[in-house]
Amino acid sequence: MTPDEILKGLYDKTLVGNGPAVLELTRTGLDTGMAPETMLFDALIPSLEEVGARFERGDFFVPEMLIAGKAMSGALEILRPLLAETGAHTVGTFLMGTVKGDVHDIGKNLVNIMLEGAGFHVIDLGVQVAPEKFVAAIGEHKPDIVGFSAFLTTTMPMFKANINALRKAGLRDSVVVMVGGAPVTQEYADAVGADGYAPDASATVKRAKEFMSQRRALATA
Amino acid sequence: MHTVLGSASTKVVIGDDQPFCVIGERINPTGRKKFQEQLRAGDLSQIEADVAAQVEGGAHVLDVNMGVPLADEVDLLSRAVRLAQSLTDLPLCIDSSVVEALDAGLAVYQGKALVNSVTAEDERLDAILPLVKRYGAAVIALPNDEDEIPMSADRRLELTDKIIDTAAGVHGIPIEDIVIDPLAMPIGADTSVVGVTLETISKIRAAYGVNMTLGASNVSFGMPGRHTIGAAFLAMAAKCGLTSAIMDARSPQIVEAVRAADLLLGNDAWGANWIAAHRAKQAAG
Repeated sequence: MTPDEILKGLYDKTLVGNGPAVLELTRTGLDTGMAPETMLFDALIPSLEEVGARFERGDFFVPEMLIAGKAMSGALEILRPLLAETGAHTVGTFLMGTVKGDVHDIGKNLVNIMLEGAGFHVIDLGVQVAPEKFVAAIGEHKPDIVGFSAFLTTTMPMFKANINALRKAGLRDSVVVMVGGAPVTQEYADAVGADGYAPDASATVKRAKEFMSQRRALATA
Repeated sequence: MHTVLGSASTKVVIGDDQPFCVIGERINPTGRKKFQEQLRAGDLSQIEADVAAQVEGGAHVLDVNMGVPLADEVDLLSRAVRLAQSLTDLPLCIDSSVVEALDAGLAVYQGKALVNSVTAEDERLDAILPLVKRYGAAVIALPNDEDEIPMSADRRLELTDKIIDTAAGVHGIPIEDIVIDPLAMPIGADTSVVGVTLETISKIRAAYGVNMTLGASNVSFGMPGRHTIGAAFLAMAAKCGLTSAIMDARSPQIVEAVRAADLLLGNDAWGANWIAAHRAKQAAG
């Protein structure tokens, strides 16, 4: 296979969520001496972006988004250690959790898969995550972005409590705060002082990438 | 077992020998940007159209949810309940996760309402069941607790045991006024989740024979052809013992599917309702 064929194969097979084929092509790519970064940035990530675009247009549906994300994650498991060796930067680290008092996680898990597919290193704290647990995990993992998920109007106020806890711990300016969940709106995100909101998994990835390029621009400025 | 709901003038009976009870889901601002803005500005006029469309579609009960971020849900829910009751004789399902809002809605409600909802969390049981008892309402209860939304039917049944023990045993709420929600999840996220829901329905039916309802639209979330999925799902769930659903009462396809399920399951004697609905459609046609 030529490098172009491998890249085109990775793009096409990720798009249709064919995990085994993506794995095989990734191995073939490595065997033929292709750089992990090339596969990631020239095939896998553009493919997932296309999946997100199709989802937003209503041409792709939730299961298709999920299997594409999973196919991509499989390739990343092989590539991530190699990318670390070459010193290539990961897209970013995303710390995620459903807020205290809330056990809903289907939407959050979907977002995690799409973020991983987009190349983020995702650390999921699960459900019922108390403010102090978010604070401790941010101290430990130093994520670029933290995501708070809530499914109920009664648990959404935990966004504010979490943000206050970050402020108290002196961590608020070290991390981008994103919020989401069925009842959450942009207005609500603004009111509690979050940096970002997205209505679905695909939009979350897009927004998270925007935040990452802003952070990089700031870091190099 | 019969769960009897009522407005000031009309009674609705939920039961396994009754037509499947359609609870209209539409009076709910979640995901409706314009409606949210109106409610934040104190404008409830959209409710009039939502009531009319669901009554027209064949709803038996209307769910009323005023969960708008950054608004006074307590005030909105009590106003919405009064407004809805001035527009229709159908009983209401008063829907909030805010205890004070449930209290305010129940306080102004005329008749016997359905409260949506309590979970198996101790704190929620302690806060909501006394309200249900005080107002003589019926209550929807979800078998999830502080730790998880269980993904096995057996665990959901255990939490149902806890709910029924607490509601009937501790608070003295008649078992027929406890309506269990066996938890419907999106099939698009995992194609095994509806199997778990159907199994849960069968097990709860066998163990208690209580009435059950669920949010049917959850099942088709993120998929194309949502009405077809909803129609197929509700027919299967009715066979397993589901006696009601909070659903899209404006969709003829879904409503007709539950009416056909009534006929097929022997809850529409001589097909009288099915034929009458056909005639009404012809006459309107």
